[in-house]
Amino acid sequence: MNGFKVLQPGLMTLITDRGRFGHHRIGLTTGGPLDPSAFDWANRLLDNDNNATVLEISIGGLVLEAQVDTWVVLTGGEMPLKIAGNEVERWCAHRIRAGERLEAGFSKAGARAYLAVSGGFQIEPMFDSTATVQREKLGGLNGQKLQSGDILPCSSEPQGAGYRLPKQYQPDYRDTSPLRVILGYQQDAFSEVQKQILFTSSYKVSDRADRMGYRLEGPAISPSINGILSEGICLGAIQVPADGQPIVLLNDRQTIGGYPKIGSLFSPDTARLAQMLPGTEVSFTPFTQDEAHNQLLLSRRYYQMINPIAVSV
Amino acid sequence: MRIEVAGENALIVYFGEETDPRISAQVQHAVAETERLLGSAIIDLVPSYASLLVIYDPFQTDHLEVRRQLRSIAESGAAESTHEGNLITLPVWYDTESGPDLEALAQRAQMSIDEVINLHANTEYRVYAIGFAPGFAYLGQVDERIAAPRLSTPRQSVPRGSVAIADRQTAIYPAASPGGWNLIGRCPTRMFNPDADPSMPVQVGDRVSFEPISRERYLELGGEL
Repeated sequence: MNGFKVLQPGLMTLITDRGRFGHHRIGLTTGGPLDPSAFDWANRLLDNDNNATVLEISIGGLVLEAQVDTWVVLTGGEMPLKIAGNEVERWCAHRIRAGERLEAGFSKAGARAYLAVSGGFQIEPMFDSTATVQREKLGGLNGQKLQSGDILPCSSEPQGAGYRLPKQYQPDYRDTSPLRVILGYQQDAFSEVQKQILFTSSYKVSDRADRMGYRLEGPAISPSINGILSEGICLGAIQVPADGQPIVLLNDRQTIGGYPKIGSLFSPDTARLAQMLPGTEVSFTPFTQDEAHNQLLLSRRYYQMINPIAVSV
Repeated sequence: MRIEVAGENALIVYFGEETDPRISAQVQHAVAETERLLGSAIIDLVPSYASLLVIYDPFQTDHLEVRRQLRSIAESGAAESTHEGNLITLPVWYDTESGPDLEALAQRAQMSIDEVINLHANTEYRVYAIGFAPGFAYLGQVDERIAAPRLSTPRQSVPRGSVAIADRQTAIYPAASPGGWNLIGRCPTRMFNPDADPSMPVQVGDRVSFEPISRERYLELGGEL
């Protein structure tokens, strides 16, 4: 099947849908987009199924050649987008024709961008998902990131529909407002003083930041216990190993672990953190499960109320 | 029983603090009941040694409802923690060739290699958790006399099927991977096969026993060298 040919894969480009759910019991992690909101918009701006398969581009450097006529859109981090050599708008659907090149340059802000095509890429799911998890060798093409010469199958969609999202609805990847923490898990093993250290200090995203987790550097926080009986870890959980430097666990995390956890980030902030590059300064603020629940429901309503603008050809 | 917040759409239920088959049985009871009562509102469940992480869809339910259900499940489970699980027998070729740490482990335990093999093979284990990697099942408890700490320097690559001990846990490496457990043999049964259904021969809560086999039998059963 035709589709797009990978000329340059970039630093790390992964084939993904919304993620692999319901298989934690056999040790499979979720994978999926680190920034689900940007992922959702990519599919919505092309009228795709909301679980259609797209590319997650980390940092940038992707070059593809179209073998079909279709629509494309790039959302997420600020990677300059070129089609057939011309710089074009991001968060906006564009026509691309067979033989034309698409280039996503290196990001100016926001580490992850999402490239969707009309109808999605046609990839065989594994355990109900196309999400690539390299550590598990599952999803995508052979469970690996894109390589030069790969063919990404998709159908020809010369008709189709495309939309653009006005600037005021696009996220700001330079936003450094505090990351909201829902206290939980072993929070009782962290004294009030230790919690205050977390909520009043500044931490830096370290170089050891990948899809499994982001290690932060800053004032150490020490729990009163060293380890626990291994237990399930949810997205955004903040684990504190013996050195007291917090690790926020992301989409490719191990499903169980034995380090104490002080709680978890609110998911929009987990995504915001995963968009940050090493060296970025972050801080934390407490948030409750009640507030998080209400905010999630309202955010979905806002998302549904926004009307993207149809792109005419 | 204690319920804690885990995240914006996740609660974790603790049934105890130690590795114990009765606590594990309560976890299994809770898994089945949570699926039955909450159905499609569940995104994922992570049962482990003494806890169950419940991740739910916040657009279908909320923490108040899930907490209420979990409390009633846990209370009913305390009375009828009879979950036995299936018994699965796995063949193991125990040898110094297939288990490069067998000799050191025997020395440490001050017993013969055959005694170590007997103690490992004549114990019925329980699958307490699956994690670390796809299909990696944590089995407990290993006889105290042959319990051994992890290697100080983990191996770069442990072959698929390696049977290993760390502290009072034992496991079979489902795929070649780095690892620091003590290797004592090889099992020809695939512990994780994405193309098979089911993809694993065991699930959390099952019981496992090991049957010593020869090198020839190991090869006949499809074992790789």
